[in-house]
Amino acid sequence: MTNQRLSDPAVDSRAIKFETRHVDVFYGETQAIKDVSVDILDNTVTAFIGPSGCGKSTFLRCLNRMNDTIDICRVTGDLLLDGQDVYARSVDPVQLRARVGMVFQKPNPFPKSIYDNVAYGPKIHGLVGNKADLDAVVEQSLRKAAIWDEVKDRLDQPGTGLSGGQQQRLCIARAIATAPEVLLMDEPCSALDPIATAQVEELIDELRESYSVVIVTHSMQQAARVSQKTAFFHLGVMVEYDDTTKIFTNPTDKRTQDYITGRFG
Amino acid sequence: MVSSSDISAIHGSAAAADRLRRRRAAEWRLKAYGIAALTLAGAALVILVGSTVMKASLAVTEHYVELGFELSPEEVGTTPEEIRRANFDGIVKAKLRSRLPSLAENRAARRELYDVVSSGASFELRERVLAEPALVGTGFDFPLLASDDVDLYLKGVHGGLRTAEHSGVLSPTGTTGEIRLLSTADDFEPLLDEVKVTLLEEAEQMRRLAARQEAGRAVRQDDAAAAETEAERERLLAEAQRYADQRDVYNRQADALDARAARPGGTEALTPTTPSVFIRVNGGVVRATEVSSSEIAGEVMIPLESEAEAPPEDWTYLVMSTPENSRRISDVQIVAVETLREQGAVDSSFNWRFFTSADSREPELAGIWGAAVGSFWTLLVTFCLAFPIGVLAAIYLEEFAPRNRLTDFIEVNINNLAAVPSIVFGLLGLAIFVAGIEVFGVEIGGFMPRSAPIAGGAVLALMTLPTIIIASRAAIRAVPPSIREAALGVGASKLQTSFHHVLPLAMPGILTGTIIGMAQALGETAPLIMIGMVAFIVEIPGGITDSATVLPVQVYRWSDFPERAFEARTAAAICVLLLFLVAMNALAVFLRRRFERRW
Repeated sequence: MTNQRLSDPAVDSRAIKFETRHVDVFYGETQAIKDVSVDILDNTVTAFIGPSGCGKSTFLRCLNRMNDTIDICRVTGDLLLDGQDVYARSVDPVQLRARVGMVFQKPNPFPKSIYDNVAYGPKIHGLVGNKADLDAVVEQSLRKAAIWDEVKDRLDQPGTGLSGGQQQRLCIARAIATAPEVLLMDEPCSALDPIATAQVEELIDELRESYSVVIVTHSMQQAARVSQKTAFFHLGVMVEYDDTTKIFTNPTDKRTQDYITGRFG
Repeated sequence: MVSSSDISAIHGSAAAADRLRRRRAAEWRLKAYGIAALTLAGAALVILVGSTVMKASLAVTEHYVELGFELSPEEVGTTPEEIRRANFDGIVKAKLRSRLPSLAENRAARRELYDVVSSGASFELRERVLAEPALVGTGFDFPLLASDDVDLYLKGVHGGLRTAEHSGVLSPTGTTGEIRLLSTADDFEPLLDEVKVTLLEEAEQMRRLAARQEAGRAVRQDDAAAAETEAERERLLAEAQRYADQRDVYNRQADALDARAARPGGTEALTPTTPSVFIRVNGGVVRATEVSSSEIAGEVMIPLESEAEAPPEDWTYLVMSTPENSRRISDVQIVAVETLREQGAVDSSFNWRFFTSADSREPELAGIWGAAVGSFWTLLVTFCLAFPIGVLAAIYLEEFAPRNRLTDFIEVNINNLAAVPSIVFGLLGLAIFVAGIEVFGVEIGGFMPRSAPIAGGAVLALMTLPTIIIASRAAIRAVPPSIREAALGVGASKLQTSFHHVLPLAMPGILTGTIIGMAQALGETAPLIMIGMVAFIVEIPGGITDSATVLPVQVYRWSDFPERAFEARTAAAICVLLLFLVAMNALAVFLRRRFERRW
């Protein structure tokens, strides 16, 4: 697997961006996440892998409090972004989500123009003062999302008219337009064909330069290709968290070994 | 246990084939029922619309009597004030009198003659002169609106004049007054027979009266037999005798009528209960009062030019089969209208008045514009109240409200409200908006005027709210959650998510629901009757606090009036109302088609 790698597997000693300690998540009476503690590093791609229903998406959505929209969801434990608890009363989820951007499984551009899709975040957060700056932010974001060349001539056309891969890259551009520090990706390639997947994966690796990226994926190959750190989740428990190369070559836990060798999941 | 080979053997069996046949028959029957139901529904619709349109067709045109006027400054003055005060009613009447002097000789006939034109005609003449004072002193033609009955007569509703066959040479005995008309042939024999049929009917009626007297006599006779005292018995017997005498009188009259009817020839009088007969000869018109087989006695209504004998082709024998008592247009009016028509003074045109004027007691003057404007103001109030409240309620319930017992309870009750009879909303509106209620000594409500669009609109808003809320919630729910996630994901607040993304996407559905709710409100009658919007309003309402009525209430009011002309106007108003409803529903369908998004 290692010969397919896109990225540099080495993890330099980098600062901890997100520090989570003893996180439990409950949906009503059921516990979805049990005592998870992970340190997510800056300028690193961290992959969450595991079988369906193991809680990796739930955990991801805790990081920018998207679980708040679910009435019955309850989160306990510490989730510290740069040392600050994101679940503290003083933290506004709206501000948090500007700092922790998210890309979803299915490309979900707004049914508006490509320009408006990207400009929406900066506009509502008041990040730019005038139209020229906004244009610059939109272009920058689209360039970073590696889609600028494809859409620069049709910025006023609806974002929903793009192909699936383009839509997903547009969603990434939209997410990075608010200049987040962390980018959460919830199975960003599961609705895409292999070519679009390859483009997005390449993009993820480039994004590592500027952001801390957390990606949930079903595809172990994808995790192996794009990530430096990998966490394996099973039945709501984080089984193992280590360097990607270590997880895929020499896992400590038997369950991780079984999963990556395809014995279950 | 059955083995699968046992089961598979069933497939080819006769029982399986039979079952298959029955299944196909059931399918065919269901299809047939469906087609039958559709046909029935379609036929009902066609009949409904067809009959309404047919009735309404009578209101499509209106008739005029065009007369030349020459108004002198002495008569009407020259300044607007003088013109406003002038007696235009008298001028119109004088004009009619001078145009048909022979029909205006006695008061009863004069009144009938005046009724040929509408009471609104003189107002219109005044308006015309006011608008153009230069007309005073010059001659001009002015179309006087015909009265409703004359209009319907001209449209053939009250039965037309029938031209009867004749072959004799007619010789009149005079030119004015009571004259006799002698024909050389038995031209009037069929008429005589027709009159005799009415005699037989009259005799029949007499016999029925006699039978009633006989029944009375029998009762007294029986009572007398059972009487306790002699005096009582005698009193009852005397009474019985009186009944018997009356019975005999009726029977004798009936016998006499029968005899008259049976006798060949003879002379019979024409009364308001027999058909009317007019003879047009030598430029005049005679109304028959007595008829025998070859001779008619009658009164001259339009003077004859001479007593010259008229060959068959030079005189006309006109019969109006409906007796004068049974129709809304009198003999005098028929002669007046026919004479004016002969002179080319009767004309018709498209009934614009119906679409531009307000209600009136006179059907020929009544229009729906007042009601249409009332409907507009009412719906405006309804929309301004129901749309924002409904949409905000729907957004709150869908996007913000926690799911708990309270919101479940609210949801159930909104659905219940949609099923509440509209008259209940009317009572509620009357009690709260118009009358006001006292709760613990505090007066609540009662701030709205009666009969005004603001009160009606508020009531209709209550009624429309559930529709709008339910439709809006469905539309909001149809917006995929991925859009909300996307917005929340870039850091939009819940409010921004709702108003920037969810609401615009749900708007076509919300508007569709709103338009359907509005269409429902447009057709609503009962609650508006409760709050007094059923009044007779001649003014076109200028705002939401003026007294007004609405289209369906106008239909309801007119349908209650006895005049035939109102029947046509009722149908025409229904057509207008249906057109509005169809247009609104078409708009809803258009919006849905045009702006519907698929994900």
